[in-house]
Formats: sequence, structure tokens, C-alpha cells
Amino acid sequence: MGPVLELRKVVKDYPGHRAVDGISLSLERGRFYSLVGPSGCGKTTTLRLVGGFEKPTSGEVWLDGVMVNALPPHQRDVSTVFQSYALFPHLSALENVAFGLRERRVPDAVKRAQDALARVHLSTKAASKPAQLSGGERQRVALARSLVLEPKLLLLDEPLAALDPNLRGQMRAELKALQRSTGITFLFITHDREEALSMSDELAVMNAGRIEQMAAPESAYLQPVSRFVAGFLGPVNWFGDIGVRPERIRLTTVPGEEASLQATVDSLLFFGNSIQVHVRLNDGPRVSAEIPAGSQVFREGESVWLSWSRADEMRLP
Amino acid sequence: MTLRSWSLLPVRLVATVLLGAPLGIVLVYSLLTRGDYGGVEFPWTAESFTRLLDPLYLGILWRSLWIATSATVICALAGFPLALFIARSGRWRNLWLQLVLLPFWTSFLVRTYAWIFILRDTGLVNTTLLSLGLIHKPLPLLYNDGAVLAGLVYNYLPFFVLPLYATLERLDGALPEAAADLGAPPWRTLWRVTLPLSKPGIVAGSVLVFVPCLGAYLTPDLLGGGKTVMLGNLVQNQFTSARDWPFGAAVSMVVLLVSALLLAAFLRHRTAQELL
Repeated sequence: MGPVLELRKVVKDYPGHRAVDGISLSLERGRFYSLVGPSGCGKTTTLRLVGGFEKPTSGEVWLDGVMVNALPPHQRDVSTVFQSYALFPHLSALENVAFGLRERRVPDAVKRAQDALARVHLSTKAASKPAQLSGGERQRVALARSLVLEPKLLLLDEPLAALDPNLRGQMRAELKALQRSTGITFLFITHDREEALSMSDELAVMNAGRIEQMAAPESAYLQPVSRFVAGFLGPVNWFGDIGVRPERIRLTTVPGEEASLQATVDSLLFFGNSIQVHVRLNDGPRVSAEIPAGSQVFREGESVWLSWSRADEMRLP
Repeated sequence: MTLRSWSLLPVRLVATVLLGAPLGIVLVYSLLTRGDYGGVEFPWTAESFTRLLDPLYLGILWRSLWIATSATVICALAGFPLALFIARSGRWRNLWLQLVLLPFWTSFLVRTYAWIFILRDTGLVNTTLLSLGLIHKPLPLLYNDGAVLAGLVYNYLPFFVLPLYATLERLDGALPEAAADLGAPPWRTLWRVTLPLSKPGIVAGSVLVFVPCLGAYLTPDLLGGGKTVMLGNLVQNQFTSARDWPFGAAVSMVVLLVSALLLAAFLRHRTAQELL
């Protein structure tokens, strides 16, 4: 089977600016993809182009082997979980979930909607109106409403952004589990690098309307193709065209075996599981290192040696 | 008494004097006996109200309800697409709103008279149709129920459009998108999402059209040509030529009662909305 979604040189212009600047990508069935980038990078526009809410200025959108440029949203076999959830305020949770089933004239719509609500642990809230539900519950209803239709592709527009941090962490695991158990391809939009790195099988980093890199999280993190990707996915210390992640830097009080640089400790930030050490090289530049908490104690103003292995160097192509 | 209640005292006085007193007078008049040359006399009697049960007057009540209901329904059918169109017309929105409000810059009387010039035998519609050869003698467009209805709809349509527009404009734009996303074609989205969510606007618009139409006096008087008698004309007639003030007052009280009941139902609906 071919890709479930394929974008071919898709461009979207708005008066005065180009939101999407020639994106091409191809999504395989049953995997978890993320589209990650800073706000205004065109990721939401890309999602809307796939959902059918926007028409591309040029280029082609293919869903499951069919060119869908001219198809309106209601004829596309994709479903969207909106950032605001967009639950129908006049309908109960159950009727929200049954909405799409009724449009498709599925005979046992209510039964199926109940099953879908059970799947997101909301059976007890079936009769509640959206206004009576918490943020997390609303999101589950929105998820159930889309998943019950078993779309070929599920689009998620920053669905975790509105949740509080604790719930967000829990929902990451739950979303990934849902993707695995349903086998539906997820395209997850986020500006949060941790979400993209932790949940995806593959992620696409977007910047200024283009995809800079599409790769598995590990390879994008460890072998970024650009300064932007390297910096977006995590902090980097740059030594010319060579980048080193803070957690790859070793700090010692004596010179190491490999190339080492002498520096002075500027400040220490304790994060519980790690300590961020900001040092200043003797020839001026600042470098940050992240070391496990409790490994070694440094003091501000102390003279240290920093080193890293060649394998941890990120070289831009 | 607190400073706040002191400062509100003038408002209360004005409200009592200007609102309560006239109503009280009308209520008292409706329960007195008619004077020989107008005015009212003792003794107290409920005769004016029992007279209202006469088939002649019940007919007028029924006719008024019927015309007001028809006008409201027509305003709804015309006003909903109009309000939806304005709410979705982006930066042209304010222009369309101004056009809807434009008639208010001229007097109600003048606007209603204008309809005479449109509908009469030598009016705009008939002369156009005659000159096009589509008809050979003028259509009887003026001085009938249709003319009254046209005048009422024309005059009160903005009162339906404005509250409905306010409701539609506040509607979350993601909701119709979500409906489409779930597979609903545009007309199904309209039916299942937009229409139910604009209910508060439709109810408010209906009340704002129905209540003044029920008591309409000028429009049926000018465009109905005296043939189409509604409650408003009946009241006017009782206080002038018929010189039966108690009966005119009683009819007024009935109009007020029907309007008040409707308003109460409307307010209950609003509270229910807020509770959801």
C-alpha cells in the first residue's frame, strides 16, 4: 500500500505572506508523526490544507492514493482534533461522539459512541454537556469523536497546549497508546519539542513555511541538518560548525584525555535530576553543560576542564 | 439607606411615574363605565373585558395574532440568511450592518407612506408590470392583508436581524469546521450546528418583531386602508370615534398581557440558556 498522505510541493499564500513554502512529505500507515516548529512556521496551515479547510495555492495533496485538492472537508477521510476541541456546546458528550456516525448513517451509532467514550474512560460523562466537563475530559471527547470514525489519518492541532502540565505528561502516554491500539496514522502538530521527541515515530521540523528535516526523533536530535533544527530540538553549544549538546559535555577538575578546554564556572542551576553548569571559556565564549545531580560538586568561580567525545559532535552538512 | 439606593431614587421615581402611573390609569379606565361623550364614569365593572369575548372582537384578536405571527415567520425566513450572510462577510460586515440600519435614519411614517407609492394602482410595481406588458390592469396590491404584512416585515426586519447577527457573530468559527470535518455537508452543518446554536438570537428577534406587530396601528391603518383592522386600530377607534375609553383600555390591557406572557417565556428561555 502507498502512503496514507502525500504532499507534493504544496504552497499556500495569504495576502502579503507565504505561510507554506513548497512542502513535500509522505506518511506511512499506522505511525505517529509530528509536525513541530515555532508559532507562525506554517504547521497549522499545513494541517488545515490536509483537512480541507484551506486550498493550496499550488502543489497537490494526496490522501490514500487520491488527489484531494478539490475535495471539501466533509468528503475527506481524515479527522481533526481541534486546538479548542470545538465540541458542540448544545450536544451531550455522547451526541458529540455520535455526530459523525449519524452523518454516515451508521445504524448502531449510539452503541458505537458509547464504546468510544468507554475507550477514553468517559462512560460516566456521556450525558454531560461540554461546559460541564474539565479541559482533559473535553479533549478526550474530541478524541473519541474523531477516532470513532476510524479515519485514515487523524490530525491533532496542539491538543495538549490547553492542559495543565501534569495532565499534559499523562496525555502524552495516553495518546501514544491510543495510536498504537487503533493503528490509525496520527499527524500531531506541536510547538513543544519534548512532545514531538517523546511521542513520534518520525518528526518533521518546520521553519518559515518549509520542512527543514524529517527524521526519527533520535536522528533529528543527534544529527540535525541545520542550526535551526539543532537549536529547536534542544540547547546546543556551538564551536564553529560543530555543535555539542550540554548533556554530552563532561566537566572535570583535571585535564581529560581527549581535546579539553579550560574554563571557569559562572553559575550553577539545580533541576532535581540534573545540574546546569554555565562556564566561561578562558578565551571568552560561554558554554553550558548538564551533569547528573549528585555526581560531582562544583563551586562558582572554580576552574574546570571540559571535554566531550568526538562521537557526540554534531557536524552540519 | 445607603448612598447607592439614594442615588437610584430619582431613577425609581421616574420609572414609577412614567411607567407605572400610565399603566395604572389604563387598568383603572378599563374597569370603569364609559362616559356619554368619552371619558370614564363610575361604577366599577368588568363589562369591557366580557365584551371582548364577542366573536367580532375575538376575530380581530385572532387576526392580529395571525398577522403578527406571519410577519415574524417571514422576518425569520428572510432574516436568518441575511444575518448569516452579514456575520460571514468579513471586512464588509460593517457596511452591510449600516445598510440594515439605514431605514432608521428616516421616520417610520415616511417609510410606511413610501409603500403606498410602491403598491398603489399607479405605483412602482404596477406601472412597471404594465409597461412590460405582463399585466393589463393594475394588480390590487394595496389596502389588503398582503400590503400590511409587507409593511410590517419591511419595518421590523432589522429588529430580527440585529440580535440574530450578534448571536451568529459570537459563534465559534471552529464549530462549523468541526461539523464538516466529521462529514456533515454545508446544509447539514447549518441544520445540526448553526441553527440550534443561534436559537437565543432567533428567540430574541422573534419577540422584538412579534410584540410591536401585535399592537401595530400605523401600518394597518395606512396600508390596510381601514379594511384590515388589528388590535391597534381597535384601540385607536375606541378612544376617538367610538368614545368608549373603558373598552379601548381593556383591549390595550389584552395586548399588554399577550406581550408580557411572551416576554416571560423568552426570559425563562434565556435563564435556561445561561444555566447550561
